[in-house]
Amino acid sequence: MLLIDCPHCGPRDENEFRYGGQAGIAYPERPAELTDDEWAGYVFRRDNPKGWFHERWFHAHGCRVWLTVERHTVTHEIRKPR
Amino acid sequence: MTHPDFLWRDPDPKPSYDVVIVGGGGHGLATAYYLAANHGLTNVAVLEKGWLAGGNMARNTTIIRSNYLWDESAAIYEHSLKLWEGLSEELDYDLMFSQRGVLNLAHSLGDVREGRRRVNANRLNGVDAEWLDADEVRKFCPIVNVSSSARHPVLGATLQRRGGIAKHDHVAWALARKADAYGIDLIQGCEVTGFDIEGGRVRAVRTSRGRIAAGKVALASAGHTSVLAERAGIPLPLQSHPLQALVSELLEPVLDCVVMSNAVHVYVSQAHKGELVMGAGIDAYNSYGQRGAFHVIEAQMAAALELFPIFSRVRVLRTWAGIVDVSPDASPIIGRTPVEGLYVNAGWGTGGFKATPGSGWVYAHTIAHDEPHPLAVPFALERFTTGALIDEHGAAAVAH
Repeated sequence: MLLIDCPHCGPRDENEFRYGGQAGIAYPERPAELTDDEWAGYVFRRDNPKGWFHERWFHAHGCRVWLTVERHTVTHEIRKPR
Repeated sequence: MTHPDFLWRDPDPKPSYDVVIVGGGGHGLATAYYLAANHGLTNVAVLEKGWLAGGNMARNTTIIRSNYLWDESAAIYEHSLKLWEGLSEELDYDLMFSQRGVLNLAHSLGDVREGRRRVNANRLNGVDAEWLDADEVRKFCPIVNVSSSARHPVLGATLQRRGGIAKHDHVAWALARKADAYGIDLIQGCEVTGFDIEGGRVRAVRTSRGRIAAGKVALASAGHTSVLAERAGIPLPLQSHPLQALVSELLEPVLDCVVMSNAVHVYVSQAHKGELVMGAGIDAYNSYGQRGAFHVIEAQMAAALELFPIFSRVRVLRTWAGIVDVSPDASPIIGRTPVEGLYVNAGWGTGGFKATPGSGWVYAHTIAHDEPHPLAVPFALERFTTGALIDEHGAAAVAH
C-alpha cells in the first residue's frame, strides 16, 4: 500500500486514490493539423519508464483533487515532483 | 538419488545468429521451437536476462481458453487451444493439460446478455461455448454459491468445456528441451542492453555478455518490452503493471473446473498438486517491481469467499506478482516494427499463458517470412494509427 501525500488532506492510503497515468499530457494545440500517427501518440502512447515517473492520482475518496506525484516504478518510492 | 538429466545445454553465445529472440519465457521458447519445427530455422538464440521461464511463465494462473468475443481474437486463441490439444504428444512431455471446463459467471442482467452474446459469437467462430443457468452452474460446480441472497447472485455462466489448465513449468521445459534438441542456443543470464541499427535495419544486439550479430531480432519480453523497444527508438502503446496471484495451502480435490467472475473479480482453479490458484486484476499503477499491494489481495479474497463460502478457513500460502504489458485494447501487438528485421510480440497483458503455442506459431511465421502470419495481421502495431482496434476488455475484463 502506497502512502500518497495529498496536498489538501496530507498523507493518505493508496486505496483512497484512483490512478490517472502519466502526468502532463496536454490536448493538442492544433488538433486539426495532427496526422493520424500524431493522434495515435496522443490517444494511445504513454511513457512507460523503468525508473522515475510523473503520474496523476485522483483523491477519489477524499477531497477529490487531482495531483501529480513522482514515483519510482521499481522501488515505488514517492518524492515531490521535480 | 542422482540429479536428473538436464533438459537443455547451457551454451555461451556465438558471435552471430540468423534470429535472436529476446526473452526466454513461454512465448520466446514457443517461437524458437516453431522457428525450427515449422520453418527449418535453427541458427537461433533465445536470450534470457534471468533464468528460463522465470518471469510471467512462472507467475501466471495457467488458465487456457479461447472464448473471446471478436473474430480476430477467437481465431488466434482458438488456434492456440487446438495446438494445446496436441502439444503433450508433439513435445513428448506430459504438460498436464486438463480440459476441465472454464466457467465465466454472470451476476447481473448486463452480464447475462454479454455472456449469451459471447456464446453466440463463439459458436459462429467454431469455438465451443454453452450457456448455463444458475441451477446448471450449481450442477456443474456444486461449491459455487448460487444463492439468490448473495450480494452478487450467480444468474448463469458461459461454459467452455475445452478450456482448462496446464502445468506451466512443464510447458516451458518441454519447449526448451525440443528447441535445444534442434540446436537452438538457450542463453540464460544474458541481458539485452541495446541494439545496433544501421540504415533502418537491426544488425546486432548488445548484451551483458557482449555483442551478438543477428539477421533478425524478435522481442518476446512481456512487461519489459517497452524498455527494450525504447532502446531501439520505437515507442509502443504499452503500460506495465503488476498482476498478482496467489496459492492456498494444499487441499484435497474440491474444485474440478476453472471459475472466473469479472463482476466479483476473481478467478480460481485447483492445481493438480492441490493448491487453489487465484488471481484477479492488475494493481492500478505502472510498475516493474514484481510485487503488488496487499489490499488488492484482500479484495480478491473477499471476492473468492463471496463465490465459495466453503473456502472461508483456507489459508493463503504464497502471493506474488508478475509484470504484465497492457495494451489500449487488451489485445496483443504482433508483427513488424518501423525497424527492419526487428519484430515485436507483446501486449498480451494479463492473458498470455493460454496463447503460448499460438503466439509462438504465428510469431515464428512472421519472423521467418518477414510477413505477418494471417492470424497476426489484425494485431499489427498499425492498428493504433488506423483505429482498427480489437477491443477485448469485455471478454478479458479482469481475468484473461
